[in-house]
Amino acid sequence: MTDENDKNAAAAGSDIETDVVIVGAGPVGLFAVFQCGLLNLRCQLIDNLDKIGGQCAELYPEKPIYDIPSRVVITAQELVDDLMAQIKPFHPVFHLSQQCETLEQLEDGRFRVTTTAGKAFKAPVVVIAAGSGAFVPRRPPLAGIENYEGTSVFYAVRKRETFRDKRVLIVGGGDSALDWTLDLVPIAKRLTLVHRRDQFRGAPDSVEKMHALAEKGAIDFLLGQVTELRGTDDRLTGATVKSIAGDEVHEVDCDFMLPFFGLKMELGPIASWGLNLEKNLITVDTEKFETSTPGIFAIGDINTYPGKLKLILSGFHEAALMAQAAFKLARPDEKLVFRYTTSSTELQRRLGVAA
Amino acid sequence: MAHIYVTDHHGTEHRLDAVEGWRVMEIIREHGLPVGGGCGGACECATCHVYVDADWLPRLYPRHDEEEGALDRLYDAAETSRLSCQILYSADLAGLRLRLAPA
Repeated sequence: MTDENDKNAAAAGSDIETDVVIVGAGPVGLFAVFQCGLLNLRCQLIDNLDKIGGQCAELYPEKPIYDIPSRVVITAQELVDDLMAQIKPFHPVFHLSQQCETLEQLEDGRFRVTTTAGKAFKAPVVVIAAGSGAFVPRRPPLAGIENYEGTSVFYAVRKRETFRDKRVLIVGGGDSALDWTLDLVPIAKRLTLVHRRDQFRGAPDSVEKMHALAEKGAIDFLLGQVTELRGTDDRLTGATVKSIAGDEVHEVDCDFMLPFFGLKMELGPIASWGLNLEKNLITVDTEKFETSTPGIFAIGDINTYPGKLKLILSGFHEAALMAQAAFKLARPDEKLVFRYTTSSTELQRRLGVAA
Repeated sequence: MAHIYVTDHHGTEHRLDAVEGWRVMEIIREHGLPVGGGCGGACECATCHVYVDADWLPRLYPRHDEEEGALDRLYDAAETSRLSCQILYSADLAGLRLRLAPA
């Protein structure tokens, strides 16, 4: 029901109203939904990744974690999956592949948050659970690259047809580089793949296919790195590729470049939200995990306070205390009584497990 | 005394006390130099990238596949590149020299 309202709101271009906006859909952001949900607070989550789970899902889904209370061993992806199952009764709404952009405080005291996808939210509480920051594409530090971004240089393929009958330069050695090489070969006029070494971390099958294409001359595969870009205005015309040892230089003519260097984490626009920062971390109190701006909280790896430990379990604890404070802001006229899920019929009803 | 030499982004060399069994990334971070390590040493985020002095390179345990894969994501990966979270400090690395890669 809530989802439907949100869809309508988004379609109409109007603001999505909720109790809590959570920035970041990693494990701590997810558990914040649980703690808020027990108090009957509705949550909307924003994340720049195209999937739920933050670092756990993006960086090390298969890695085992041994310090989650009561979980002797659990992989990072299992942790995310279980958290999703745990918060299901609270119907969180996710807004993925978009980064928070602006934040302003409205006259009624609520916050208005906008995203890079053009969505806007209004809520009395904002919770920043952004970990080490938003995942954004790694940009190669090439002189003038910003002039070409969005016209000749893309970090993701949105419209495949853009590249029909064009000369395309793909850079990188992971699955994205390989997959797009294989995908664009049939339509591109000429395709050049550049990677720093002869081995790839992509799927073996794709690597084999790529090598086969290179052998029969269907693509050019160059070992090395792009060191210079050439072009006029915002249009790329070519690039210089140098071997890692620097002894070999190739000039590649191209209309487009697709650099695939994976993602990096950065604080991004949050840095300009006027919050007190310490070495790129948000300072909070340890009673409510509130930032220097009342109503804005920071939990998990993104915050700092005396004695802070960057552990998922610390983030869980911070989420629980934050939720108590969030309730008072979101429901100023209601009295909060502390109850346990073991004994409270009301909480069990919210969880959908009441007899 | 156990120590390593680390050149920062400004070209200044620092002599850092080292602890056996610590990752070099942890040693650098402990001394307050900017070294990243966002993934907590999982060999994933590639933000603890360093260039190891060429003389020292052959004395290190070689890169494994996972580290190579992480280095693939770095534009400025060179032959002397290592992720400092993957170098475990031991007594035979006393005097190790390296330079922090651009952030």
